[in-house]
Amino acid sequence: MADPTIPILDMRAVSKTYVAGGRRTEALREANLTVSRGEFVCLLGASGCGKSTLLRVAAGFEAPTSGEALMWGKPIAGPGPSRGMVFQDYGLFPWLTVRDNIGFGPKARGRPAAEVRDTAERYIALVGLQSFAEAYPHQLSGGMKQRVAIARVLANEAEVVLMDEPFGALDAMTRERLQDELLDLWSRTGLTILFVTHAIEEAIFLADRIVMMSPGPGRIETIHPVELVRRRDVSSPAFNDLRRMLAAQLHSHHAPRAAA
Amino acid sequence: MSTGIEAGALPAAAPASAPRRGGLRFAGLRRLALACVVPALLLALWQVTTAGRPYSLIPPPADVWAELQDLAFGGINDDAFSGTLWTHLAASLSRVYGGFALAAAAALPLGLLIGRVPLIRALLDPVLQVLRPVPVTAWLPLAMILFGLGPRSAFFLVFLGAFYPILVNTVFGVRSVEPRLFEAAAMLGCTGPAQFVRVVLPAALPSIFTGLRLGLGFAWVVIVVGEMTGVQTGLGAIIMEARQLSRTEIVICGMAVIGVAGFVSDWLVMQLGRRLLAWSPTHG
Repeated sequence: MADPTIPILDMRAVSKTYVAGGRRTEALREANLTVSRGEFVCLLGASGCGKSTLLRVAAGFEAPTSGEALMWGKPIAGPGPSRGMVFQDYGLFPWLTVRDNIGFGPKARGRPAAEVRDTAERYIALVGLQSFAEAYPHQLSGGMKQRVAIARVLANEAEVVLMDEPFGALDAMTRERLQDELLDLWSRTGLTILFVTHAIEEAIFLADRIVMMSPGPGRIETIHPVELVRRRDVSSPAFNDLRRMLAAQLHSHHAPRAAA
Repeated sequence: MSTGIEAGALPAAAPASAPRRGGLRFAGLRRLALACVVPALLLALWQVTTAGRPYSLIPPPADVWAELQDLAFGGINDDAFSGTLWTHLAASLSRVYGGFALAAAAALPLGLLIGRVPLIRALLDPVLQVLRPVPVTAWLPLAMILFGLGPRSAFFLVFLGAFYPILVNTVFGVRSVEPRLFEAAAMLGCTGPAQFVRVVLPAALPSIFTGLRLGLGFAWVVIVVGEMTGVQTGLGAIIMEARQLSRTEIVICGMAVIGVAGFVSDWLVMQLGRRLLAWSPTHG
């Protein structure tokens, strides 16, 4: 374990510009963000605000055009098991059963077969999919697929879990249940979570801090700590005040575009 | 955790299929009956147009059936062809499967590389695209120069016939692997060449299987051409020899045996595919 005074994630003036077909698109401009170990941080913003880009830089899928992305003070050179990613479209391997999807990481990293099996079993139980261990992804519901995706990352000993609108494709009831399950997992494991969403309520319900981002070019606007006690009551006045304030801020991002 | 609404997803399929069992058997019989209608009509047409006409160039079904028994077990005509069927069948089988295996062994790794490595694609793809439209039969003279008259030419042609379908489908399968799966593998610690075995190959398998099926089909098509010249054994050879002797009933027997052998080998590949692709919603 690294020096606890060093943040687990440290984004220093991270900018990302894509060049495609001679056109330059500035996806992210000078984003600064530090995340401490065990924190739950939500990146909130409308589409095009660079929240997914920032997440993909942290994952190591994209290298910053300028600036630095650090984990435990060392530059992030590429994707790796210490930073597990949960995609909105799951990204499960369709040819593997639930058990083998969850065991994929440990197996790929050359762990002994018995250990792979034990690990898979433990995380299958953690997300409550014991009776579906031999099922293939196409036989699962969206919520179950996302549980597998989360278990797969945890089974691989990820320190940071990066989540890209993971519950965006799920129905409302499933989404709420998975939010509860995620908070439960997080409080039991001491994980660090960086969570992208465009849903204000989801961000307030989950996050220690909400990073509000704005588009054109994508940048970090403000960072709001959420002091409400968990499990948060979505109908409480304090929750509503925060929701109203963030909604006003989010809508102000749309205004110029609507006028144009 | 997985109680309630969502947990219903998998078990729901089981009770639905149970009461259908009786209906399933009926459906199977019905399909078999329907499959036999057209062959029965053709057989009847063949019988009506050829039976009882001594000068017909096409022998009636009964003659062909008798010849087939003689080819297989002898004891009816006792000529040079009697009892030789198994020798010819074995010769063709060994060439078809030998050529096919060699084609698969060459086309699979090549397809994986062409699909995944841009440099190799730039190097090989144009050449292969230009060679691809050349019909296998057009290679026959060249094959005879390169490999001599005989079984080695036949082997080469079978190889060539099976090679392209396997290659093209493998490349297609590799190129259509969802990019997300490479990201998922990479963040789980599987990077570089290890992705070939753990991601590319299994993800492309449905497509590869289509290629193998087509390739094996082509191998059976090409075998007759391959055995037409300078080969003593094989179903193609027996057809050509019978043709020169005007033994049309033997020609038809050879055709029938090729049809059945091709059908059985395709069925075997499909069974294998069904086992390996049980995970795929469109196969299995």
